[in-house]
Amino acid sequence: MQHNPYIYIAVMAGVTYLIRVLPLTLIRKEIKNKTIRSFLYYVPYVTLAVMTFPAILDATGSVWSGAAALITGILLAWYGSSLFQVAVISCAVVFVLEWFLC
Amino acid sequence: MNKENAVWFRRGMKNGMPIALGYFAVSFTLGIAAKQAGLHAVQGALASATTLASAGQFAGFTVIATGATYVEMAVMMLVINARYLLMSCSLSQKLDPDLPFFHRLILSWGITDEIFGVASSIPDKLNPFYNYGMMVLSIPGWTLGTVLGIVVGNILPIHVVNALGVGLYGMFLAIIIPPARKNRVIAGLVAVSMAASFAMAKLPVLSGISSGIRTIILTVVIAGIAAVLFPVSEEDKTHAA
Repeated sequence: MQHNPYIYIAVMAGVTYLIRVLPLTLIRKEIKNKTIRSFLYYVPYVTLAVMTFPAILDATGSVWSGAAALITGILLAWYGSSLFQVAVISCAVVFVLEWFLC
Repeated sequence: MNKENAVWFRRGMKNGMPIALGYFAVSFTLGIAAKQAGLHAVQGALASATTLASAGQFAGFTVIATGATYVEMAVMMLVINARYLLMSCSLSQKLDPDLPFFHRLILSWGITDEIFGVASSIPDKLNPFYNYGMMVLSIPGWTLGTVLGIVVGNILPIHVVNALGVGLYGMFLAIIIPPARKNRVIAGLVAVSMAASFAMAKLPVLSGISSGIRTIILTVVIAGIAAVLFPVSEEDKTHAA
């Protein structure tokens, strides 16, 4: 059977949107349960940490430029650089390193 | 738009800039995958602007390429994008309970890893215009990169793609490190999460689990244990933020 690409795209977008929209529209009150509140409070830190490492090591041409970006990012963020600065300087480190390494 | 919303919108656009650049670079490869799946530029643009999910779309294009059923597509999206469910739950607690429904509908469209992360780092209640400011740059960046990937392939030099791609991880670090510096529980969580993620990615058997599922499992387990061991009081929150 020939499938229609627009239906594929609609299913792809529709299911993804449902996943995003249901909690945000159904949970409209503040959750009172302390454990659930704490869980949701910790979610972003755990999720972002898990997604960053070790993925950042494989995101560039070599493990070394990825590791350099990781260390640069941690140090800059630790010493209070803004989000924009951390992002841009991490990029610059990888760009310069790869320019010389490859 | 009142004055406060305008301020948040501009702040959002400032942080949306690195997101947009990162998305633009990453979505070239997505466009190439879309082309291989037989999509033309308009279809690719439509897919990117509506789905707005990198791993999800890569998987989706594979489903299209193999001509699998629509049900398979739906199940694939459920599994690979399930982490947005957690993010949306977490974000729901940052919204004013009286925030009108249509704001929730628009905000939901823009729950990506990066936008969610940046929005989470706001200490108090989230003004939706902050997200809109990020969305107004990053969604076009994502869509445009996909279209160019389909039409011309990857014209950016590989160093530029690698560098811009890393910027997204840099943003994640900028979000999690400052609170980790101030709060020892969060510092411990970040360290444990990274170590566990590394172990799951490298150990035999476990490394067969996709990164999307790995993210969900580790988030539920680690944030769950932390919630039981270190329940957060309202004071802690303001300190951490």
